[in-house]
Amino acid sequence: MKASARVRDFDWWLLAITFAICGLGLLEIRSATHGSNLAGMHWRQMCWIVLGLVCMLVVSRIDYHAILDQAPLLYLVGVGALVAVLAVGHARFGAKRWIPLLGAFFQVSELVKLIIIIVMARFLSEVRTDQLTLGDLVKAGVLTGLPLGLILLQPDLGTAMVLVPLVIVGAFLGGIYWKHAAAVIVLGVMMLPVGWHFLKPYQKERVTTFLRPEEDPRGAGYQILQSKIAVGSGGFWGKGLGNGSQNQLGFVPVRYSDFILAALAEELGFAGVFATLVLYMALLLRLVQNAQRANDRAGMYLVMGVAAVLGFHVLVNVAMVIGYMPVTGIPLPLMSYGGSATLFVYLALGLVMNVRIRRFVN
Amino acid sequence: MSYWFEDEHRLPQTRLAIVSYVIVGAIGLLLLGFWKLQVVDSERYTQLAERNRIRAIPIIAPRGRMLDREGRPLVDNYPSFSVLLLRDDPKQVERSLPQIAEGLGVPLDDLQQQLEAAQDLPKFQPIVIKPEATQADIAFIESHRADIPLLEMLMVYRRRYLPDGFMAHASGYVGEVSAQQVESSNGRYRPGDLVGKTGLERQYNDVLSGTDGLRRVIVNSVGREVGRLEQKEAILGQQIQLTIDYDLQVVAEQALAGRKGAVVALDPRTGEVLALASRPAPDPNLFAVRVPREEWKRLNEDPDRPLLDRAIQAQLAPGSVFKVIMATAMLESKAIPENFSVLCTGTTDFYGRMFHCWQKHGHGVVSLHQAVVHSCDVFFYNVGKRLGIDRIAYYASQLGLGRKTGIDLPSEEAGLMPSEEWKQRVFHQKWYPGETISVAIGQGAVVATPLQLAHTIGGIALGGIFKQPHLLMSSQSVPGERFPLSEDTTEKVTQAMFGVVNEGGTAAGVHLEGIELCGKTGSAQVISAEGLKRAGRQRRFSDNAWFVGYAPRRNPEIVVSVLVEGGEHGASVAAPIARDIIKAYYDKKAKRNQLQYTVEYKHYEFGDEPLLAESQPTSEPPARPEQSKPH
Repeated sequence: MKASARVRDFDWWLLAITFAICGLGLLEIRSATHGSNLAGMHWRQMCWIVLGLVCMLVVSRIDYHAILDQAPLLYLVGVGALVAVLAVGHARFGAKRWIPLLGAFFQVSELVKLIIIIVMARFLSEVRTDQLTLGDLVKAGVLTGLPLGLILLQPDLGTAMVLVPLVIVGAFLGGIYWKHAAAVIVLGVMMLPVGWHFLKPYQKERVTTFLRPEEDPRGAGYQILQSKIAVGSGGFWGKGLGNGSQNQLGFVPVRYSDFILAALAEELGFAGVFATLVLYMALLLRLVQNAQRANDRAGMYLVMGVAAVLGFHVLVNVAMVIGYMPVTGIPLPLMSYGGSATLFVYLALGLVMNVRIRRFVN
Repeated sequence: MSYWFEDEHRLPQTRLAIVSYVIVGAIGLLLLGFWKLQVVDSERYTQLAERNRIRAIPIIAPRGRMLDREGRPLVDNYPSFSVLLLRDDPKQVERSLPQIAEGLGVPLDDLQQQLEAAQDLPKFQPIVIKPEATQADIAFIESHRADIPLLEMLMVYRRRYLPDGFMAHASGYVGEVSAQQVESSNGRYRPGDLVGKTGLERQYNDVLSGTDGLRRVIVNSVGREVGRLEQKEAILGQQIQLTIDYDLQVVAEQALAGRKGAVVALDPRTGEVLALASRPAPDPNLFAVRVPREEWKRLNEDPDRPLLDRAIQAQLAPGSVFKVIMATAMLESKAIPENFSVLCTGTTDFYGRMFHCWQKHGHGVVSLHQAVVHSCDVFFYNVGKRLGIDRIAYYASQLGLGRKTGIDLPSEEAGLMPSEEWKQRVFHQKWYPGETISVAIGQGAVVATPLQLAHTIGGIALGGIFKQPHLLMSSQSVPGERFPLSEDTTEKVTQAMFGVVNEGGTAAGVHLEGIELCGKTGSAQVISAEGLKRAGRQRRFSDNAWFVGYAPRRNPEIVVSVLVEGGEHGASVAAPIARDIIKAYYDKKAKRNQLQYTVEYKHYEFGDEPLLAESQPTSEPPARPEQSKPH
């Protein structure tokens, strides 16, 4: 099973795209926070990126088969950590999501996302047929459902939702019968009212606000409205870095994190947004290409798991910024400020690199 | 050895390709969304962003002051801060409310009520939670800017009136503009604007109120000002100069202290109102901020009716003061010979009913002069009977009764001069001749205001020239009415009123050495004598005391009308008040003439000096004699 993996076989294009996106992110974090009490945040983000690169390098060195070998153990660790965070975790902004580690607070759910990608890749590659049976689907559902439920308890609806496309993309690639797909969709729709019942009041408010934003423009709909104003007022060429009034005067909510694309859209205009989204498209297509060239199905599932999670992040965050989706607190990968989230993306890209540099081995 | 990952299956290339297309499609859709916002609808959002960023803050223009005829301020302004509560974030409001209540010393219930009351207003519109911030409040707001970013201060000018209800009815007060006024003002008023509600504040509101300025500032998302775009200064309201003489007003106010009544002092030659007082009076300073509900209720339900401006609104039987009108009517109409005389035995009867003279034992044989001097009822019963109600009504109306004088105040009452026609119109009844007998001594249906009596008596003393009373000092000629009385009538009537004070008449007690003080007393019943007997002699039914006096005898300079409700006797209660005012007038005049005394304008700065500072500069060089110059 051994392979001669070499760093020079890294996907340099993927890395270049990643750096470009991170560069735009740093630029906008700086613009959004300079002159405020958050000034200097882009330096901290830079540190996280460097740390992420190191992690990526480390992860890419360990043969992904060896990692996948440990999937059951990782799964236990992940579930255990989620239970631990509920028991002793650090509450911020009304949700228990953080545990102190190495002098910083880490969002356990970010780590769990990574683990579930690995677990799903292991599970799906062990299915020896071209079509998933109902039993396989149920197993996949239960495997994902347990951590998903625990994350919901934190509560963190956004991160929990990220696990869903992971299963969907996996099932699609693993082969799913139409009737199974239809049944799952029907079941999902039927579960919606039940799920609604379990939502916290603020989550319900976000959803109703999303559906009828004009009802309360200064209340819960405020964030989306301000974000849209920032984006719309940017025009085609933008107001210039540091000149966006929505951004600089603080009308854009969490402008350095979840709504960083709104800040960028205001200051760099449609041109900047176009460049950013094309970069994300290139990133995702590059991931798919790596999956296509993977040495085996395990590698493919691993890469596509990463693609599913990152793609979902991008889709949901960008759609939220222009008011196409409710506010869920999902950051924009590689651009939004945040230590755990940045580390997660680089670790995930480490897995991709891992698969990439072992593509010729047989 | 077989590993779990060793399988022969090929990768699902088609499905991976489909995922690629989905990615391209999704990114394309998102770009379309951005295109719509940033290119198609860009202009609209640019406007919204500007509206976010720019806030227009009104700069409140102070109202014009009111000065007395010598330039002394009667109504002034002082700067004050209102505490505003920003309600953009209801959750934070809810959380911080208890702390705010404690910090500002406002009951929590009050704040919650105010919030509820403002529920229908747009959320971004702040509400005033404390109209007058103290130093401690300002310190509280400044020190909690970070943790309670909900409080703001707005500088406003508030009205300051002289204390203790001084001239309260005439000056009136300001209050927040009503919803209807806002609607009908074509954008001139905004909700929350202050406008004159009563008195001169209302009459001259357009002159007094300035034009608010505007400051356009850049604000951040929590409303903190971070930059300034432009500023349009407020245009100050114009000050108005009144005809009121502060010194005479002081005498009037103090004479009425603790009483129910009114004083009107006019210069009948010009119609200038020198003093206008009504008591009891509310303190308009209490209204300058916000009328507390309980206070408003108390004022409205007070049986003494402090909100009534008795000087222009109390419509009461003039009593014996009416005899001056009767005497004038008798002489002018020539329906009765000048030397007409009557034997007064204390009682007489008309139409089968007994009528009494106030002098139980009678006045003996009295002529017109004696009848006025001693206020003989029986004489005027006879005059009334001979003249008839319609002739009385004609002359009384011509002399100003039953009609508004046209003073520049809102809500003046017209009084009533009854006539046959009036009774038919209002009650659909015939006039009974017996009613004429009551009217002849100023009882029955005839009622008049203190202002009307001053206006009428002053006009008669001038020979039939009735200048329109006014409070605003004006260089333009004052409109007036003329009902020329013959020289003989004027002479006889004024001579009689001179006799009242100076020939041992009913007001002999107020005789002033060296001053030709004339006048007529009145003690008007509030209810009929029979009614009084039934009710017992309670204070509520005590007679109203009247005195209308003027000086000098011919071509008078000042006429003073005094009403003291429940004062019983015009001679002993009302007349001394009129005498004091007229004496004060002459004292000032004497000082001015003898010492070449002139009053310097004293310029007060807003809020710096006490308003009632001594107004008697002594050593300044004389500037202009007599009339003060309006600004």
